[in-house]
Amino acid sequence: MRSAKHWQMATMTKPASPGPWQRLQRDGLPVLVVLAAALVLWYIAAVWMNAAGAIERVLPTDAPWTWQDLVAATLDMQRPVMPAPHQIALDFWGSLVDWPIDSPRNLLFHVAVTAESTLWGFVLGTLLGLVLAVLIVHSRTLDRALLPWIVASQTVPVLAIAPIVLVILGSLGFSGVAPKAVIAMYLCFFPVTVAMVQGLRSPQRIETEMMHTYAANWWQSLWLLRLPASLPFLFPALRVGIAAGLVGAMVAELPTGAVAGLGARLLTGSYYGNTIQIWSALVMSALLGLALTMAVAGVERLVLRRRGGQA
Amino acid sequence: MKQALSKTVLFALVSLGGAAVLMMQPAALGQLPEGTAPSALFWLATAVLGALAVQSVRMMAALEDGRLVGMATAALFGLWIVYFWQLLVVAFEVPRVLLPPPALIVQSIGTHSAVLWGDFVQTVLKAVLIGWALGSGLGFAVAVAIDRQPFLQRGLLPLASLTSTIPLVAVAPIAVMWFGFEWQSKAAVVVLMTFFPMLVSTLAGLKASGKLERELMYSFAASYTRTLLALRLPSALPFIFGALKVNATLALIGAIVAEFFGSPTSGLGFRISTEASRMNMPLVWSAIVVAAVTGSVAYAVLVQFERRAAFWHPSVRGS
Repeated sequence: MRSAKHWQMATMTKPASPGPWQRLQRDGLPVLVVLAAALVLWYIAAVWMNAAGAIERVLPTDAPWTWQDLVAATLDMQRPVMPAPHQIALDFWGSLVDWPIDSPRNLLFHVAVTAESTLWGFVLGTLLGLVLAVLIVHSRTLDRALLPWIVASQTVPVLAIAPIVLVILGSLGFSGVAPKAVIAMYLCFFPVTVAMVQGLRSPQRIETEMMHTYAANWWQSLWLLRLPASLPFLFPALRVGIAAGLVGAMVAELPTGAVAGLGARLLTGSYYGNTIQIWSALVMSALLGLALTMAVAGVERLVLRRRGGQA
Repeated sequence: MKQALSKTVLFALVSLGGAAVLMMQPAALGQLPEGTAPSALFWLATAVLGALAVQSVRMMAALEDGRLVGMATAALFGLWIVYFWQLLVVAFEVPRVLLPPPALIVQSIGTHSAVLWGDFVQTVLKAVLIGWALGSGLGFAVAVAIDRQPFLQRGLLPLASLTSTIPLVAVAPIAVMWFGFEWQSKAAVVVLMTFFPMLVSTLAGLKASGKLERELMYSFAASYTRTLLALRLPSALPFIFGALKVNATLALIGAIVAEFFGSPTSGLGFRISTEASRMNMPLVWSAIVVAAVTGSVAYAVLVQFERRAAFWHPSVRGS
């Protein structure tokens, strides 16, 4: 297998690597075109979906109006069915600059609340997943008895347990960050465990035998061989885990009582029919998801580069 | 080896017999008179049984590999967990709000079977099934449609991959606003959540056929459609089934969480959130059991379909 690959690489004529400008043109242009098309479609949809409401409520009933009036009205409604992108952008920007950072009207305040519980859950869940994976790899009993259940749990909507966790922790007197972090934690922990068991087992026999000939103890072979070998398995799981943890943290904010966080913001928006607020909270949670995943990807690149420039 | 197997099975059966005897005790049934605690003998027996349970699982795990033995080990472990959950929760009189004993959950499934069936129909048969089929179907159709458009592929693929990092389920309040409280809004959320994984997987799968096979089709002067149907779609099957399996779980999560945002008075997500706020925990656990069983059964069914459809593929033959 390996030799075939080498042969292929040796015989392959390397294509002239494109310059940065060509690369941008090749990869960036299509994305921009698709995004622009989506934006245009969005505006059309906004006009289309808001038209009925605009005719009924905004436009004069006794005087004639032109289609320009209709379009202008649909794109500038108080509570549109489908807000136009610029309305969301304005609301989004306004919430960032018009209010102090600790005001509940500032989206960054909610982002901080949600990100805090997500990150706590992510760190704890990753640690728990790592410890459990090490135990599973070193204990045949746990491997045979526990691992099938953890793998099977991947097919189960574990997020459904969130309300129970909230009730249990609530009746034990925990509130605030703790219940949300616990939910984010158990969502992170499943993928990390499954991937790490695979990763810790990925060293080949010849490598484990070499550790054996060096008389490496259990800890040394874990630290020097198994953990480094498992990194390529760990990071994809971490990216999945932090995205799942964010969903968990937001769902944990849904039950009544939560006033802060992106999930609570979505819920209050839908109570008051404030569509623009829902959409900007939605945009913000998308950005938070992207930022968290990119942070993990950044750490991944750093770690892998330090370990020999594979990335 | 045979001897080890029969010894292990005998040991497990004896421990389970002991467990059954212990379960008959008043302390384990929660029938002690008011104000009396379980006796020291009961706790001693529980501790001994715990040691027996650990030993029986260890013995079974130590047997040589085999599909049946592996499943039996996991099943025995699960059985012991449920047993001690029942025993300890009753003996310690843990409040039901914290953790109801399994027997109570089973009983609650029995008494509320009509309600749970209604929830199952509402959430699974309507929202999940329709949303899953529509979302996966659309993702597949779009992937095949843009198969000959490298420009669109390069534009859509990065964006579609990014959506996996976004909490898409948060569109639920908007879906409720557009499509109402009924199952249509949940199905819409599910469509959105399942569309992108299918799109990305199908596009990857269509590229999965080997160069040799493609060149063979070319030398047969096979048309584009012919190559697609005879070679590229079949070799994409493992990817497509992978996405279908991921989507099954995603669809359940999407429908249940979307019901947390607003729903008619039935549905698994509605049941879980309202009964949790009313502290009726046995019913909440019942709804979760229904959701969990649904998820596992859907997965198992899809695996069976995959075995039928892609029986020739190395990934299926190898397992």
